[in-house]
Amino acid sequence: MPRLEIKDIRANALGPITLAIAAGECVCLSGPSGSGKSRLLRAIADLDVHQGEARLDATSRQEFPASQWRRAVGLLPPETHWWQDRVGEHLASVDRSMLADLGLAEHLLAEPVTRLSSGERQRFGLLRLLLNRPRVLLLDEPTANLDPATTLRVERILQIYRTTYATPTLWVSHDSQQIRRVASRVVHISQGRLSDDTGALR
Amino acid sequence: MTELSTFDLGLASVLVILGAIIAAFLHLAVTRTLLIAAIRCIVQLLLIGLVLQTLFGYVHLGWVSLLAGIMLFVAGWEVMARQHRPFRGGWGYGTGTVSLFLSSFTVTLFALAAIIQASPWYHPQYAIPLLGMLLGNTMNGIALGVDRLTEGAWAQRDTIEARLMLGHSWNEAIGQIRRNSIRSGFIPIINAMAAAGVVSLPGMMTGQILAGASPVQAAKYQILILFLISGGTILGTTAAVWMGSRRLFDHRERLRLDRLRTP
Repeated sequence: MPRLEIKDIRANALGPITLAIAAGECVCLSGPSGSGKSRLLRAIADLDVHQGEARLDATSRQEFPASQWRRAVGLLPPETHWWQDRVGEHLASVDRSMLADLGLAEHLLAEPVTRLSSGERQRFGLLRLLLNRPRVLLLDEPTANLDPATTLRVERILQIYRTTYATPTLWVSHDSQQIRRVASRVVHISQGRLSDDTGALR
Repeated sequence: MTELSTFDLGLASVLVILGAIIAAFLHLAVTRTLLIAAIRCIVQLLLIGLVLQTLFGYVHLGWVSLLAGIMLFVAGWEVMARQHRPFRGGWGYGTGTVSLFLSSFTVTLFALAAIIQASPWYHPQYAIPLLGMLLGNTMNGIALGVDRLTEGAWAQRDTIEARLMLGHSWNEAIGQIRRNSIRSGFIPIINAMAAAGVVSLPGMMTGQILAGASPVQAAKYQILILFLISGGTILGTTAAVWMGSRRLFDHRERLRLDRLRTP
């Protein structure tokens, strides 16, 4: 049974979109700029006013308090945002092995956020999200600011997380090689509508 | 007390006219506004003077309440008019008016009943000037606080949403901005109390002394007023910023900046 189901999601110039993602499945979402990729992710996370339903493990979104729903469907935006001075202050706990896997030095935790590179911030953003143990991953270009080697690191960590917790994943990517590496299935979106479901790749 | 004649006020108005001439000469584009403000000041103050003088002749709770109500609605309107991004619909007006009512009226009633103990307690000689002082100052705190809140939410919308995405409640996500907004509403009254008597003599005290009251008595009244104002401002600003921060989010705790008017 699919773990994440969305049904007839509609918002401003988006949808209706119906999509189901099974446990451990990674669906890559691709499409031109302005086609509605980010808007779809935001609608699933219930950040914008929209119509339609979403269910996680057959439990309707309405049955979750809003903040618990968002915690369950972890959305990683393309730009990270920080409200304390130092990165470390945003993390409830420090997972040293995860830091190492992401290629992040521990001393960065004490650095002012503004001193970090965009790539470091993006990886800390991912770490901050994964520490929440989301049951679904909604990733909006999670490797946009990263070099090729770090991109592979991040892909591997997400792969491990996804298989360990059987996490349904919706991954926005423009990189066709990356899509080939990570996707179980590819879905295209254009002008707010899903099209051309190419089925299983592997 | 020396009676002021129309001629005396005419002499003083020369200064305003001089200001207008300078403004016109320097192309400051405020000449018209300045003159209109001066004329409004004459008309409004003389009118309220007449109204109060009449009211003192009819000490009746109904008349006092009516005037208090009018003052409240005008103050609520002023709060909204000073917002860069006021809330749309009834909330823009309601947030300010309700919190003004909660704070200024409560504090005025407390002062009348517990401190001044006039007879009857609603005697317009005390009730109306006290309420006016409180409304005027609380209005400033509320306007500053709510403006800071809506501007802060607008400027930091990405950060607020980043926190929502991580499963923070609306209350946590807006907490920092809300605290800063409430604090900014308090600053004018804190400054006024800290500087009172050293940097300047507060207007009310100056007025009382000019009108012949003993300076010590005037100082005591001024302290009372400043304390009442600080109580009113703190209550009013906290209430208004709280209501406003709740209104920024809907039942699904989504940040709803579409509820603010665009400037």
